[in-house]
Amino acid sequence: MSRSNQRSEDDKRRARSLSTRVRSMLHLLSERTIVSLIFICGVSAVIFVFGIFFFVFREGAPFLRHGFDAGGFFLSADWFPTSVINKRYGILAQLAGTGTVTLVAMLVAVPFSLGTAVFIAEFCGRKTKEVLKILVEFLAAIPSVVWGFIGLMVMNPLIVKLTGAPVGLNVLNAGIIVGLMSVPIIVTIAEDAIRAVPDAYIEAAEALGATRWQLVRKVVLPAAKSGLLAAVLLGVGRAVGETMAVLMCTGHSINIPFDGTPPYFHVLDSVRTLTATIAAEMGEAPRLEAGPDGAYPVEAKHYQALFVIGIVLFVITFTINVTADLIVKGIRKGK
Amino acid sequence: MEAGRNSESLFAEAVLVDRKARVLAREETAKAGAISTNLFAATKFTNRKLKTQTIVKWAFGSMSVIILIPLVVLTTVLVVRAWPSLTWDFLTDVPKQGMRAGGIWPALVGTLYTVTFSLLIAVPVGVMAGIYLNEYARDNWFTWIVHLAVVNLAGVPSIVHALFGLGAFVIFAGMGKSILSASLTLAIMTLPVIIVSTKEALLAVPMTFRMACWNLGASRWQTIRSIVLPNSIGGILTGIILQVCRAAGETAPIMFTGAVFFKSVQRGDLFPYKPTEQCMALSYHLHTISTQVPGVPDSMLYATAVVLLGFVLVFNTMAIVLRTRIRNRKKW
Amino acid sequence: MTGCIELKDLTVRYGGKTALDRVSLSIPANGIYAIIGPANSGKTTLLKSINRTIELEPGASVRGKIFIDAEDTRRVRDVYGLRRKIGMVFPLPVGLPLSIYDNVAYAPRIAGVHRKRTLDEIVERCLRQAALWPEVKDRLKMLGTMLSGGQQQRLTIARALSHDPEILCLDEFSIAIDPVTTMRIEDVLLELKKEMTIILVTNLVQQARRLGDMTCFLNMGRVVQAGDTETMFSENPGNQLTYDYIHGVFG
Repeated sequence: MSRSNQRSEDDKRRARSLSTRVRSMLHLLSERTIVSLIFICGVSAVIFVFGIFFFVFREGAPFLRHGFDAGGFFLSADWFPTSVINKRYGILAQLAGTGTVTLVAMLVAVPFSLGTAVFIAEFCGRKTKEVLKILVEFLAAIPSVVWGFIGLMVMNPLIVKLTGAPVGLNVLNAGIIVGLMSVPIIVTIAEDAIRAVPDAYIEAAEALGATRWQLVRKVVLPAAKSGLLAAVLLGVGRAVGETMAVLMCTGHSINIPFDGTPPYFHVLDSVRTLTATIAAEMGEAPRLEAGPDGAYPVEAKHYQALFVIGIVLFVITFTINVTADLIVKGIRKGK
Repeated sequence: MEAGRNSESLFAEAVLVDRKARVLAREETAKAGAISTNLFAATKFTNRKLKTQTIVKWAFGSMSVIILIPLVVLTTVLVVRAWPSLTWDFLTDVPKQGMRAGGIWPALVGTLYTVTFSLLIAVPVGVMAGIYLNEYARDNWFTWIVHLAVVNLAGVPSIVHALFGLGAFVIFAGMGKSILSASLTLAIMTLPVIIVSTKEALLAVPMTFRMACWNLGASRWQTIRSIVLPNSIGGILTGIILQVCRAAGETAPIMFTGAVFFKSVQRGDLFPYKPTEQCMALSYHLHTISTQVPGVPDSMLYATAVVLLGFVLVFNTMAIVLRTRIRNRKKW
Repeated sequence: MTGCIELKDLTVRYGGKTALDRVSLSIPANGIYAIIGPANSGKTTLLKSINRTIELEPGASVRGKIFIDAEDTRRVRDVYGLRRKIGMVFPLPVGLPLSIYDNVAYAPRIAGVHRKRTLDEIVERCLRQAALWPEVKDRLKMLGTMLSGGQQQRLTIARALSHDPEILCLDEFSIAIDPVTTMRIEDVLLELKKEMTIILVTNLVQQARRLGDMTCFLNMGRVVQAGDTETMFSENPGNQLTYDYIHGVFG
């Protein structure tokens, strides 16, 4: 560009500079507004988690305030919230229900999920891998109420036929169904963990002539150990929190399936879980009831007790998730 | 590292045994008068290793098949048993004779409403939160708390979401049991996954693009708007579609916040509900007719389940197709 | 005369290290100012401080003053306008995932230029200045990321010129490209220096000698010596460290 051109360009530039300045200020202002909006949304997740805890606690707190008997609550299996003469709120049976269903679910899910994860990550070809991963994703997409339906309509008669139990809605039924539901998450996380093993280890092993299996057994699995643990933990979290499937498949009795008589662990017993208790009874538990003097309505203890169960569930799953996340973070950092 | 040391000792051992076997093989062939020896011939040891490997491969492979057989078998069983009732009438008709006949129209529309409303809230908030976490947040303790909050929100059991919806929207905010309350509860439930998939889609765009734009005088938001978002929209959409599946299938969060057993609705009416009313929903409907209404013909029960399952699987397939198309159309 | 830069006691710290330590330089307008020095001597940090992208590094602290045409850049409100006055070229070629046309038109569009005719002019002018026009004029719609490395580097230069900068900064631009393209770009720079200030950071000492009107030797965040190229590269530059570096004794 020649000197004279440069000068007229400068003039043009100066003339534009006023409108440019206005435009740039508007731009800075709109930028700031958008950034604030984005920030608020970012923080919203924090607000909602605390919100969940706050609101659930708010509705359940009165139960914990007036003479709360922790021992009676956690260690007694007497759950009679609607009894006219003697209301009792012991959730031991529900804790046992959740525990046993989760146990059976993990016994079903863990070996097969880990095997599938190892197969997908280490042993199968590209095409097979694609197909398997899609199938796992479909398995994950099945809504929990459909699983419950399957347990009710398909598993139920199957169990009755195969084991001769009087009723097919029991720990075994719910355990298998919840196990199948937990498979996708365990497979996904475990596969991630196996793939995260540094290439350097694998290449070193292959260079020395190891077969795939030797590689997996001696190098990959020990290295992916904590990731596999995180996968199982997340599966447990899923199982503990499951509601609809257990609501429809456990048979709904307040019952601890352990006994002095063999086989000691009665998987064919009906139980009730923490989640199913809330789901089943919240519809019937009135929020307000007649007060002791009959005049003013007070918040019903049953209603509050159900919220307290919600708190217990929240705490359990919170702990499991934080632990699993810390483990996964530890792997990522180490990588 | 332990695994590293294991591999070293493993190989030392393997090499030694292998070497011994090979020396033995060579001596034997030399004894037999052969002139040349093949250094790379498979020894007995190698053959045994390969056989173990094949066995193991088949073992793990069959584990995968076993766990995925139920998917195929159950879907088939459901469709077969639902077949007699799967008609167009079933979809557009209202329930009759106390749910024992007719169709599922009000439940379908109700699900449509709740899912749409929940997305209208969850998508903008979730995407912007994802943008915040990936593009603006600095690496400090506050960001760590937000990340923790998102992870935990994702792991909260659906029944606790239901209690939250009950406590916060139905009671505290005074919205009562309504489509609004149910949608908001569903929105909070689907929010974390939308946030995480947005974040991961944004992360896939290389940092060098952003830096090039900043050096050209673009602000962060201009860069996001012109380069980052357009190149991550596919991943974001995939996450959203998957959450549509989840929102349509969940029962617990809408059970006490807006879903109702029965609502009288005109056949084929697309606008039967007001946002402040309760509605029927497909997932809740399946639950009630299979557990609380006696005498419903089996094929109707199965048909309801198949409609719900079909809806979910169709959307899931859309998400998978989208994801594959993104992967094949890489721009850099 | 526009485009003269003055650095006063510039100190930049980040990542727990001091990248620049009380650097004071005077860069005249319209010419090529070469900055040489071994790795990690702070050359890139210096460029980033001038266009204030150092602020986007987490934990960076900047002290001291930078004047462009006697205006204190740290106090300028419109950081984006400032960045548009300065063109920046990185070591690694970066093509934005847009068409070639949109790559070069990106900065003008951000600055508010939307008339197609103006944009057409700008795109052609900058691609010509970057010695890329003949190769791409028939495929302006092609994705910028699909060009070869050398072409992408020239595209980056075209982008850097598209917002009419007074100052052009190049940070080791020839690292990832072949010698032929490097020579073509060097010819371009010799043309461009007549109308803008060019700061050329390089670790190719001979490149500085070929192109620089003035040279500055930076070592471990400090200015060892700065002056006209002839003196710096002569047998007796006045500083033993300078002589040693230029003759390959270290670095």
